[in-house]
Amino acid sequence: MIKQYETVIGLEVHVELATKTKIFCSCSTEFGGAPNTHTCPVCTGMPGSLPVLNRKVVEYAMAIGLATNCDITRVCRFDRKNYFYPDNPQNYQISQLYLPIASNGYVEIEVGDTKKKIRIHEMHMEEDAGKLIHDEWDDTSLVDYNRSGVPLVEIVSEPDMSSADEVIAYLEKLRMIIQYLGASDCKLQEGSMRADVNLSVREAGTEKFGTRTEMKNLNSFKAIARAIQGERERQIELLEEGKAVIQETRRWDDNKEYSYAMRSKEDAKDYRYFPEPDLAPIVISDEWVQQIRKKQPELRTEKLKRYQKEFDIPNYDAEIITGSRHMAEIFEAATAICGKPKKVSNWLMVETLRLLKDHNMEPEEISFSPENLAKLVELTESRAINGSVAREVFEKIFSENVDPESYVEEHGLKTVNDEGALEEALKKVIADNVQAVEDYRGGKEKALGALVGQTMKAMKGKADPGLVNQKLKEMLAV
Amino acid sequence: MANKISDETIEYVGILAKLRLSGEEKENAKADMEKMLDYIDTLNELDTDGVVPMSHVFPVNNVFREDVADQKDGSRETLANAPLKKDMYFKVPKTIG
Repeated sequence: MIKQYETVIGLEVHVELATKTKIFCSCSTEFGGAPNTHTCPVCTGMPGSLPVLNRKVVEYAMAIGLATNCDITRVCRFDRKNYFYPDNPQNYQISQLYLPIASNGYVEIEVGDTKKKIRIHEMHMEEDAGKLIHDEWDDTSLVDYNRSGVPLVEIVSEPDMSSADEVIAYLEKLRMIIQYLGASDCKLQEGSMRADVNLSVREAGTEKFGTRTEMKNLNSFKAIARAIQGERERQIELLEEGKAVIQETRRWDDNKEYSYAMRSKEDAKDYRYFPEPDLAPIVISDEWVQQIRKKQPELRTEKLKRYQKEFDIPNYDAEIITGSRHMAEIFEAATAICGKPKKVSNWLMVETLRLLKDHNMEPEEISFSPENLAKLVELTESRAINGSVAREVFEKIFSENVDPESYVEEHGLKTVNDEGALEEALKKVIADNVQAVEDYRGGKEKALGALVGQTMKAMKGKADPGLVNQKLKEMLAV
Repeated sequence: MANKISDETIEYVGILAKLRLSGEEKENAKADMEKMLDYIDTLNELDTDGVVPMSHVFPVNNVFREDVADQKDGSRETLANAPLKKDMYFKVPKTIG
């Protein structure tokens, strides 16, 4: 009989925090500066420099810890992790091993209809390393320390996941929580969220964990899913051949869909961790925790529940809208102004999503104001403009955040409510389209459409089609 | 001398420290490390049960900076003593990620 294997997966997730400055110095964290411009003696490990902790880093880490049901460590401190690599100018990384800022938490994920708790072992603060670029020309490596010292939080889960779907659900959950907190933008492609996958396999039903490997270089959800599948198969193959899995770090090559051994994994003891003497311990009071707790925004799960209760919009819409904090904020603000959640939701779900897709944009990049969306809803509700004009105006709101009231006014797009003018137009259309009129009177309902179209054209698109329809019927009934 | 450093250990510590040692240097390092470990052993003669490990000498906590960026370009100073550079980068021997 063929052996059945189950996959055991734990994740180490690094999140780059959204601070303006680095963790231990005042250098900017802004992306894309010329090489080594955002550096100073502290983040390049010059002798005699003194790191001083950025308060915001502690507050973001606490906020993430609280939102993931962790205990906050009341007395925590930093440790030195010693290793030699050119991206690390101090020859040690300042991290936390013995007393990480948060531990013992969980998040709840949903895959299909099944809910599952993924436990968080611990979460710690640390500094990012510099960036190495390989120089093909003279076969050397080039180092840029702009990223060196950028604050990170590393979130270490328990090995509670057993499939790529669960891993992705967990990452999505963390991403939503952290984005809502404003603690990071969590973009996998740009590296502000990075996931290392620890994976082992074991025969189904056994208790003992197999030997695990750690996989790096996973920068999209798709790559993660493929890497999990690939590594599971590689390990099973080894076991089936009677070979052992080696504990090591592997680098996933998403183009070749294969992972390569990078180095055999160093043990914690090889890093010779010891308490960082240059940084004072952090003592977190109840008041400080309360203060952070009070400032926590409504997170996605709570928001979703509230939407289902408060607003008459489909669940699916609520999920899409709350999938981006920015979009949810636009929805709520616009709804508060115009009082029409269903209409606001429609503009977001149909036209906004379409335009985002056309321009290859993320919901975070929406730049129109909720006020202008609300005004557009009011203009259509009061029938001041008709549907096709509204869509045209919305494109302008989306691209330039125009005020729809003045835009409609300036471009003369208002529906013409001059009944006299409409009647004139109708009379002319009826006179000019004898055949269609006869058809309609003879029972062909469809002929009415052509007449409405002719009238709209005569009115330069600015009539209310509902009214045209009604008037036409009245006049033809005579 | 109670502590013994084996050839494997000195070899391994050399790898972690990225040092290539000659036979003679290895023997010297072994002797030095043995002495150090013996010295540390004297601490074990004391009963330290219930003593909280000390990581910092001064009773100072919570030393923070506010998150305000310094916009100056640090590249000139940072690269001033670089043995090798190219454009605005440090140049180092080829390192495989």
